[in-house]
Amino acid sequence: MTINILTLTREWRLQVLAPLTRLFQKETRDDQIKSFISLAGVPLLAIIAFLLLWGGAASHIDTSLGKVPGPVKVWEQTLQLVEEHIQERAKEQGFYQRQEQRNQKILEDNPEAEVKIRPYTGKPTFFDQVWTSILTVLTGFIVASFVAIPVGIVCGLSTVLYRALNPLIQIFKPISPLAWLPIVTMIVSAVYISDDPLFAKSYVTSAITVTLCCIWPTIINTTVGVATIDNDLINVSKVLRLNWLTNVYRIVLPSSIPMMFAGLRVSLGIGWMVLIAAEMLAQNPGLGKFVWDEFQNGSSDSMARIMVAVLAIGIIGFVLDRLMLMLQKMVTWDPQAIIR
Amino acid sequence: MQSSHLVISHVSIEFPTRNGPFKALDSVNLDIAKGEFVSLIGHSGCGKSTVLNIVAGLHQATEGGVILNGKEVNQPGPDRAVVFQNHSLLPWLTAYENVALAVKQVFKGKKNKHEMDDWIRHNLALVHMEHAMDKRPAEISGGMKQRVGIARALAMEPEVLLMDEPFGALDALTRAHMQDSLLEIQSRLCNTVIMITHDVDEAVLLSDRIVMMTNGPAATIGEILAIELPRPRDRLELAEDTRYNHYRAEVVRFLHERHGKMSSTTPQRNTSLKAHATVQSIPPRQGLPKTSGVKCDIRINVSDSAADLPRNIA
Ligand SMILES: Nc1ncnc2c1ncn2[C@@H]1O[C@H](COP(=O)(O)OP(=O)(O)O)[C@@H](O)[C@H]1O
Ligand SMILES: [Mg+2]
Repeated sequence: MTINILTLTREWRLQVLAPLTRLFQKETRDDQIKSFISLAGVPLLAIIAFLLLWGGAASHIDTSLGKVPGPVKVWEQTLQLVEEHIQERAKEQGFYQRQEQRNQKILEDNPEAEVKIRPYTGKPTFFDQVWTSILTVLTGFIVASFVAIPVGIVCGLSTVLYRALNPLIQIFKPISPLAWLPIVTMIVSAVYISDDPLFAKSYVTSAITVTLCCIWPTIINTTVGVATIDNDLINVSKVLRLNWLTNVYRIVLPSSIPMMFAGLRVSLGIGWMVLIAAEMLAQNPGLGKFVWDEFQNGSSDSMARIMVAVLAIGIIGFVLDRLMLMLQKMVTWDPQAIIR
Repeated sequence: MQSSHLVISHVSIEFPTRNGPFKALDSVNLDIAKGEFVSLIGHSGCGKSTVLNIVAGLHQATEGGVILNGKEVNQPGPDRAVVFQNHSLLPWLTAYENVALAVKQVFKGKKNKHEMDDWIRHNLALVHMEHAMDKRPAEISGGMKQRVGIARALAMEPEVLLMDEPFGALDALTRAHMQDSLLEIQSRLCNTVIMITHDVDEAVLLSDRIVMMTNGPAATIGEILAIELPRPRDRLELAEDTRYNHYRAEVVRFLHERHGKMSSTTPQRNTSLKAHATVQSIPPRQGLPKTSGVKCDIRINVSDSAADLPRNIA
């Protein structure tokens, strides 16, 4: 059991927790204390120092909305947001329950009657917005990966195609996806028309924006990874006369996976940053909109609530990166590859 | 004149470089009999790998060509399996899977799943690697990797086995061990082998003929030394054999002479000694299992003029 927890923490790279889990093991006390101090103690100290600095500095800055909130205030608002979420869910449940009761009554009177359940249209809570943002970034990222990996592989394999596409890639890469946002919005409004859309337009717009910035690092890294395959391995493939598909599947893909994943991780990181900005700019649902709404709201709590959102953005970005790292470790063959 | 098994005929190659074309090989001629073991030896950079790559089909000769069983070679294929210098196993596959990749490719439709499995295990057993067949290249030593590389090449049942300094990266002890393994395998399977080596003892111990190449650029074959030592060969017995030591001295002398000429501006070309096999009378190998089904006692003995080959000892 303890072994499991240990390997788990190691796998998740939560080394901070390793000393805690090791407490279950029979290690010498000195070793435990030493490793606790070096692994958990140092980062903990840094965090405490940061919170103190933040609290100290915050109380000295006055804004139009009052003093900049310190850690305590932000923590209060976090609890407040959780509370609001729970209340909103209760309200929603009540709403559906009432509808169901009403429908049941109608059906008892007249079994033939058509009954409908109207969706609840309450204001999305902070956690709803978080979830929307996560879904959007993952959608955009996955779509981008499905486009970028094949393009990267083909570019890496064919010099002609690489020469053809490279200028385009190099020009599109530095464009801020926010510059695309108006164009994407217009095109989505014009093209994505349906009476019963599966996804909201705002969701599609945000996801495409994320896709547009996620594509480039993955394409470039995959291309480089494929183009720099060990010449000997290419010769092995030639001697065996592997066909194109087998060659890609057995030789090219595995050997370019480390580079590919480096690209994917960069992509996801950029995608997450861009998404928040896009949501603020386009007023699309998500964390960005939450921040913007609070900014416009301008109540005395707003600044603390924005800070909660900012911290959430950071933590989610960190977790997404760790998830990618885990995936990378699952598919990579090289035990020596140092992955951070 | 008999039609030979493998003929390297007037092969020249020019590589395009920034300073214009670079002629690496000039008119290389060599006839190799079925089941013959030929070593290529020469100073580094003279073009040994280039010769091997042309036979493998990985490079195209600018002039001349390679003919295997009467057909011209112009692309790589599993009938000319290559053992690369640095093993070049796929690092994400286990030893078994590495061999399996080759077996599946070569015997697709010819062997069923069970037969393929048997064949993979058989070849791994040949190089004494059954015990580590589920290990990845990163988990085994250099010598073991090279063994798997050889197993992979042998599993293709190639007409010709091409080896580019297969044991160059190994320590002396492992190398001696691998040479013994190769001797044993060769006596059983009678593959036609072309092996590049830097090691004089290795060349004499393993080869039927040692092909010594002149220095580049425009390298060609300088001398060919037929090693008429009976097989099976044993390194301990041979160490005291006067013929063995004589052959050894011949190769060393050749390399030493060439080394002296390396500094001269014009590359020495020995036109009179280009590519003639010596008249040989090698006793047929003993102890060949009948089951191997490979006839390996065919020797093509071509000599246009024996006077061209003064140094070959009858
Ligand atoms: N692809 C290439 N392009 C240009 N020059 C090459 C190429 N391959 C080999 N050469 C040159 O040909 C010569 C012979 O190389 P090689 O066959 O690798 O020598 P070695 O005998 O050491 O195996 C060297 O001078 C090398 O620089
Ligand atoms: Mg070489």
